[in-house]
This record gives sequence, C-alpha cells and structure tokens, in this order.
Amino acid sequence: MSPALHLAASNATTEHRPLIITLFAAFVVATLFITVWAGRQTKDAADFYAGGRQFTGFQNGLAISGDYMSAASFLGIAGAIALYGYDGFLYSIGFLVAWLVALLLVAEPLRNSGRYTMGDVLAYRMRQRPVRTAAGASTIVVSIFYLLAQMAGAGVLVSLLLGITSDGGKIAIVALVGLLMIVYVTIGGMKGTTWVQMVKAVLLIAGTLLITFLVLWKFNFNISELLGEAAAKSEVGQKGNADAFLEPGLKYGIDGMTKLDFLSLGIALVLGTAGLPHILIRFYTVPTAKAARKSVNWAIGIIGAFYLMTIALGFGAAALVGPAEIKASNPAGNTAAPLLALHVGGVDSAGGAILLAVISAVAFATILAVVAGLTLASSSSFAHDIYANVIRRGQATEKEEVRAARWATVLIGIVSIALGALARDLNVAGLVALAFAVAASANLPTILYSLFWKRFTTQGALWSIYGGLASSVFLVLFSPVVSGGPSAMFPSVDFAWFPLSNPGLISIPLGFVLGWLGSILTKEGPDAGKYAELEVKSLTGIGAH
Amino acid sequence: MTTDAPPPETGQATGTAQPTTQSFTQVQQSTEFGELRRTYRSFAFPLTIAFIAWYLLYVLLSNYAGGFMGTKLFGNINVALVFGLAQFATTFLIAWLYSRHAAAKLDPKAEAIKSRMEADA
Repeated sequence: MSPALHLAASNATTEHRPLIITLFAAFVVATLFITVWAGRQTKDAADFYAGGRQFTGFQNGLAISGDYMSAASFLGIAGAIALYGYDGFLYSIGFLVAWLVALLLVAEPLRNSGRYTMGDVLAYRMRQRPVRTAAGASTIVVSIFYLLAQMAGAGVLVSLLLGITSDGGKIAIVALVGLLMIVYVTIGGMKGTTWVQMVKAVLLIAGTLLITFLVLWKFNFNISELLGEAAAKSEVGQKGNADAFLEPGLKYGIDGMTKLDFLSLGIALVLGTAGLPHILIRFYTVPTAKAARKSVNWAIGIIGAFYLMTIALGFGAAALVGPAEIKASNPAGNTAAPLLALHVGGVDSAGGAILLAVISAVAFATILAVVAGLTLASSSSFAHDIYANVIRRGQATEKEEVRAARWATVLIGIVSIALGALARDLNVAGLVALAFAVAASANLPTILYSLFWKRFTTQGALWSIYGGLASSVFLVLFSPVVSGGPSAMFPSVDFAWFPLSNPGLISIPLGFVLGWLGSILTKEGPDAGKYAELEVKSLTGIGAH
Repeated sequence: MTTDAPPPETGQATGTAQPTTQSFTQVQQSTEFGELRRTYRSFAFPLTIAFIAWYLLYVLLSNYAGGFMGTKLFGNINVALVFGLAQFATTFLIAWLYSRHAAAKLDPKAEAIKSRMEADA
C-alpha cells in the first residue's frame, strides 16, 4: 500500500469539504423545493400512492432507474470490480437481466389489475384479510432490509467524504437521511418521490458518463489497454497472475461452496427484481399497461447503459487508483468510484476536487432517492393493505387512508433511523442480498401463481409468502453473513451452520413448491369467478384504475 | 367461495362501469380471449425460460468452466467479457422483440375485447 497516495486522497477530501457540503446542500434544497411543489398537487389517494398515474413511459422509466440503481449498484459494483475484477461485473449482469422477468411477466398485468400496492394483486382472488396481512408483512420486511443497507451505506459514504468518524457523527448522518426521507414522502407522496428519482437518475447517468469518458480518454478509447492496465495493477497482477483478474472466479471460485454461493446469488438477483415492492408500485404511476411496458423498456435501456459503464468505472479505478489506495480508504471498496473521480480529474488539482465533490453528491442523491422509494412502498402497504383492508375491513375513507400512510411514513422513518444507527457498522452487502432473496422467495412465486395459475388458492398464497419469507430470513440468520467470520455482523460468535451467504438456492424453490403444495392440499378451492376477473383484467386492462 | 369482505373499492369510484363477474367469466371462456391468452403465453413463457436458461448457462460457465471463459480472443478481451456483453445484447434484443410482438399481436386483441366489454357494461 502507498501511504503517500492515501494521504493525497484524504487531503483532497478534507480541503474540499466545503465544496462537497455545498453540493450536498444544493441537491437537498432542490429536492425539497420539488417535494413542496409536488405536495401542493397531491390531493387524493391516487396522487399520494401513484402520483396521479399521469407520468409518461419515459418519465417513469427514468424514475424506475433512479429507484433501482442504489448505492449498492453505484459504489458497491465499482468497488467490487476494482478489487475482484471480473467477478464484480457479474452483479451488473444479474441486476440487468432481471428486468426481463418484470417486462415479460409482471409489469403489464400488475398495472392492469392492481391499484396502489403489490397486495392489491396478490389478494385479488383470495380471502382479503389473511393475504393482505401477508403481503404487507413481506413488503415491509423486504423494504426495511433494503432501507437499512442504504442508510448504513449513507453513513459509510458521508463519514468517509466528510471525515466524520465519531459514532455521534455517523448517527447524526443516519438521522438526517431518515428525516429527509420522511419529509420527501409525507409531503411529496409518490409525485415528489418520482421527481426526486428522475433528477437523481439524470445526475447519476451524467456523472457516470463523464467519468467513463475521462477514463476511456486516458486509454485512447482502447478497452483492451484499460483492462490490461487494471489487471497489471491488481493484487493478483502484482503477484504475476494478471489474467486471473479478467476471468471469473477471483471472489467466488475459491471452492465448491463459494461456487454454489455464487449460483445462489445469481438466481436471487435475476428473480428478485420483479418481486421488489418499491419497484412494483412504480408501475401504477403511468396511465396504461402500454405505458408501463414503455417505462420498463426505457428502464432497461438506461440501467443497461449504466451497468455497461460500471466496466469503465471499476476497471478504471483498478488501473488509475490501484487496489492499495482503495482498500486503505474502505476495505470493501465502496469508495472506489469517488476516488476514481479524484484521480481522473487530477489528484492535486481543482478539477479533481470538483469531480470528487460531484460524484460524492451524486452518490448521496442516489441514496436519498432510493430510501424515499422504499419508505413510500412500505408505508403505502401499511396504510392500504394492513390499515384500510385488514384493520378497517375496507371501510376507511380515502382521507383516513392517506393520513394513515403519512403517519406510517413517520413511524417507518423513526424505526429506520433507530435500526440504521444500530446497523451503521454492519456489512451492508448481506442486507441487500437478503432483500433480493426474500423478494424472490416470498413475492415472486405468489405474484406469478396469482396471475397465471387458475388453481392457486388463499392457502397457497399464504404458504408461499410466509414460507419464502421465513425460510430466507431463517437461513440468513444462520449463515456466514450474520456470525462466524471477520466480515459477519456478529464476528465474535459463531452459530453459522448454513454454509451459503445467500439463501436463494434453497428458499426460492421452496417458495414455489409451498405455493403449489398449499394450493393442492386444501379443501377450499380456488375462486373461479375472481380468477376470471383477474385474468381478463390483467390481459385487457378493462376497468383498470 | 369466500365469506370475507369483497375486494376493496375504497376511495373514488373509477370512471368506467365495472362488468359483472358473470360477464368476466363469459369473456374468459370466449375463443377470442383464449386466443389473446395463447398469443401472450406462447410468446412470453418460452422466451422467459430461454433467457433464464441462457443466463444460468453464463453463471454456470463462469463457475465451472474458468479455463474456457479465460480464453483470450483479442488483446485483453476474453470469452468471459464477450459472454457478459452478450447478456446485455440479448437483454436489449428480447425487450425489443417482446415489445414488437405486444404492439403488433397483443394490443389490438386486448383493445377489441376491452371496448366490447365496456360497450356491454
């Protein structure tokens, strides 16, 4: 490692702290303006939950991209490629291919047959109260795990960039993020959240394009040269095995178990996306299923372009920053992208400092936009599924429902601040993978059976939701993510008897099998009339809200 | 049948009148709707299986065929990178194929059924 370089990086962040803080503040002020403006136009429940359903396919495609490309995508993948080479790129591919499940099977039928939440579709043909309760529980669990990862990520990022390392400082940052997301969602609802996500997507793509261009320019737009330099500078490259950096296996190819773990992760990534509640509710913000299709196509284009650029970001960071400096700054590599910005701009120049500040502000914007989407998904589900349809049995007025959603937002915000403060030093990657695994195990089987299998029953839905939810959470609890290793949440104890970090390989098939078993092992048959309604609605859009 | 509350219709009423369950069942069993369902499913389901198999092939090759994936094609570009980029290309291609199919084959059929039901209701 090179102490001089590390010093240069931290000096730059210290010197230019005022600039970074100014850009952060500018983003916060701009988004608060948007939020207040959107809040003035939020009159009824459809405005609050679904942004009035008046966004265009392109606008929603941008917002979906802003909702989806989290800090894990931007900071995590760049860092993983910078440190582990090709294996980091595998994430990009899984995260993108997953969108085809949403496009081909989920987006349009969901838009046609649901109203505000994932629970609307899951409970459509079923007994309302038990299935809505299950859908609400699963929505809130997935969203909170995802939320915690983002909040912990915000703490890591901001503390590194602003040099805040004290516990009190990190807690203050988590509280600030929590407070902002409460304001965005309670005041702006879906409209405000959507605009914040669009602004963020534009900033993220512009920032990534700029860095990609500068990296490629340094290598005369010769990708092969960039890869060669990255491999030579990598840790394995310095040991004389540069080729290994460009091949799969550096992170996951160690033994049979890590390979199985990679398979498990790969399946969870590709099947999880179409079961993430904060993504699903975005399909309600456009007027028709056709517009929902268009928005997924835009999202695939934007997200695909972004993930292609992670090649330049990650290998660029390996080549131009080097693994020693990246690891010195953050052992997991989470600061590789900001450090790369500093280096392509020039370490001791104003250009470098400005780029670093811009990219850091983009990362901060990324986190805020994603937490707003997650908070909205969980408070919508709480208000619409659990409060209005389970507690009030469908008798709540629209006003009462939206009021409940706003209070739920405050409650979820406070809970997230508390958990985020506790989780500030935890391994965030495990939490995101868990969210994807739960979504793929509990939500996706239930959505697909509900839409496409006429013999699916209430009991089947409950078995697949609770079975998928419980098995994935249970397996993660006894996995190396939680205990028994230096990078675990609780490194000092060891109760990890389940060898895989990602439970998807077991819990996803289990979710599908339980949904099927639950349906065939019940005397209560499917509601044929309700299925006729759901099927005709989902394919034609008749009576769509 | 269930004994629970009917599906919630809290909040504002929707603009269009809702057909009855009976007419939904009739439409569901009509040949016209059967054709829409078949046109959708016979395209979307095999394509889903195909892209998941293609993706799993990529994951499995990355896991268990490191030698093959490491084969250099030109400069520092190896099979693994080209395979990865091919996943991007097929994703874009499938999205385009599906959208073209939906616009040409599904939307007109769905629209016809929808307007007939709305006229009846």
